[in-house]
Amino acid sequence: MTTLAPDTRRLIYERPELLTDRSSHYCPGCGHGIIHRLVAELLTEMHLGPTTIGVASVGCSVFAYDYLDIDFVESPHGRAPAVATGVRRVRPDAFVFTYQGDGDLAAIGTAEIVHAAARGERISVIFVNNGIYGMTGGQMAPTTLLGQRTTSSPAGREANLAGYPIPITEMLALLPGVSYAARGSIADPSAIGRTKKMLRRAFDIQLAGGGMSIVEILSTCPVGWGMTAPEAMEHVSKEVVLTYPLGVMVDRMKDSPTSKDKDEA
Amino acid sequence: MTVETTARPVLMKGNEAMAEAAIQAGCDAYFGYPITPQAELLEWMARRMPELGRAFVQAESELGAINMALGAAATGARVLVSSSSPGISLMAEAMSYMAGSELPMVLINVMRGGPGLGSIAPSQSDYFQATKGHGHGDYRVPVLAPSSIAEAVDLVAEAFAMAERYRTPVMILADGVMGQAMEPVVPIYRMPPREPAGWELTGADGRPPRILRSLHLQPEDLEAHNQKLQAKYAVISEREVRWAGERLEDAEIVVVAYGTAARVARTAIERAREAGLRAGIFRPITLWPFPSRDLAALAPRLRAIVVVELSAGQMVEDVRLAVEGRTPVFFHGRTGGMVPTPAEVVAVMERARDATSAAASDTAVLR
Amino acid sequence: MAITVEPVIQPTSARGSFEPLDIAADRCKGCSLCVGICPKCVLALDESTVNALGYHAVQLTDAAVCTSCALCARICPDAVFTVYARPKGSLT
Repeated sequence: MTTLAPDTRRLIYERPELLTDRSSHYCPGCGHGIIHRLVAELLTEMHLGPTTIGVASVGCSVFAYDYLDIDFVESPHGRAPAVATGVRRVRPDAFVFTYQGDGDLAAIGTAEIVHAAARGERISVIFVNNGIYGMTGGQMAPTTLLGQRTTSSPAGREANLAGYPIPITEMLALLPGVSYAARGSIADPSAIGRTKKMLRRAFDIQLAGGGMSIVEILSTCPVGWGMTAPEAMEHVSKEVVLTYPLGVMVDRMKDSPTSKDKDEA
Repeated sequence: MTVETTARPVLMKGNEAMAEAAIQAGCDAYFGYPITPQAELLEWMARRMPELGRAFVQAESELGAINMALGAAATGARVLVSSSSPGISLMAEAMSYMAGSELPMVLINVMRGGPGLGSIAPSQSDYFQATKGHGHGDYRVPVLAPSSIAEAVDLVAEAFAMAERYRTPVMILADGVMGQAMEPVVPIYRMPPREPAGWELTGADGRPPRILRSLHLQPEDLEAHNQKLQAKYAVISEREVRWAGERLEDAEIVVVAYGTAARVARTAIERAREAGLRAGIFRPITLWPFPSRDLAALAPRLRAIVVVELSAGQMVEDVRLAVEGRTPVFFHGRTGGMVPTPAEVVAVMERARDATSAAASDTAVLR
Repeated sequence: MAITVEPVIQPTSARGSFEPLDIAADRCKGCSLCVGICPKCVLALDESTVNALGYHAVQLTDAAVCTSCALCARICPDAVFTVYARPKGSLT
């Protein structure tokens, strides 16, 4: 008879509690997986699981509710900020966030995000910008870079035909209802660490009673971009950031403290 | 639900009476967007809801308003949304999602003339939209049609009860007259607060997470979900049919009309009776489920049915389906905000009588 | 049945059996982000086999060289890594 030795190894990193065991439907190397993990890490570390109501959007990330082990409501395409407004207005004690892609937030849902921001809704918005409609087969998004080939801009996005990439987070940062707006990326581990700090700050601001907090995250779509996962990461750090510079655009609650990161403690 | 009959009636505009009725029925949240002829409903809520500590948001659009309702309903709140025809078209999307996600909500449509921007005058031209669709997919929504402001007040509370009982959006289909006219009402209905039913999103505190969604990507799953919805609609069709009849006992010609058209019809049948025509009225209160069975039972002993609508003829199709050709069905409608006069309706009833009298000698025509 | 209690034998670095990573290979999609990020170049896709998802899963090729830096865990979109601290002085 054998006895299993207890694992005495000292843990440095483990899959966060609020990330379900389910294998995701995302393509290999897709940035959504990293961002889901960051959200799950923060909800776990900040003990927000029992009070969180997540608002899912439409696109590849519609199944976020299958991977984050929290209450979730699904929205029609683009309407997540309005749905989150409804949740917020009748559940003042809940932690409320939306998880939206660029097609959802910056095209079909433009009115909803702008006006939720203008109202200063106390919600956190996780805005995943990979510059493409992944779910429907890689069409041009409002955030697609000039010259970028997609299945609906086969010759590359041309400004005279399809306009310019929309820097919507900068636009939102102008609104006084937005307490925090930042843009991070997932292009490498240090960028992922900085993005996690931005998300933590966004969550802290909601908990401190601030207005909307939004973190745009430059992500990848290796399959839609026709690249390997490492190539897609390099593309973000060398090309995409030129159109969408990283950093904190506004923090209107500078006096409000940020909670401790587990890694820093 | 109890009504405090001791309260004195007050003279109220339909829009305001429906708003106050919702408040009295325990409405937790209202979301709207200005549109004529229902703007007073929004204005009433803008004043009353904050003073009661309840949620009110004037949204950026009807899309915004109804999706706020979706979010609030998902947490178990009792939610009201109102609009008028063009706004309802925008809300159609979320109606489909809410039906699919089985979220209760009451939506008031104070109908105006269409298509397009149409007019701001009363109309009943959204019957198809209300009863056959709004959005995409296999779903139904109970539709309640008040014919007086007092009845509208009753139906608001009924609609909340029905929405919560069946986990479904419920529509109150009023028209511009119902919204704008003033009548004495007692809007003091009291409903008990909602009891948690076990599906509401409250945060997964000490229980497994809950997901409210309409997406079921596997065909087997979606078919099972649709079968569940259809079973629910079958129960609603069985239990929730409401209609009112007047002077049906001896009627030979019956007017089928709802809402404001039924008000005109009531005057018309009295005038017709004065002229010796035995007229009655059959007034559907639920447009879906349509009172098909009761109308079909009544039809064989009638010479003719006259359908009156403020439309080019929409409900008339359900009437024809109900009577299955056993009784001749005549139609009279006005559109664009025009309202039929009692004299017009009497004239159609007389033509219906004459036509069926002429045919009576030839039974082959009638049978 | 007899109750047997056996002593727990701790893995020690001296024996070279310390495992700094647990890899949930069944969830790995072989995207190779971790392979490129590993500073010690000790992660590689196992091309001799495919997992149930149909991918070559990642494996640790030399546990003795891994520094438990956890960069692999930070980049992994599928959260397949659990990382443990290397006991002091055990790095070869």
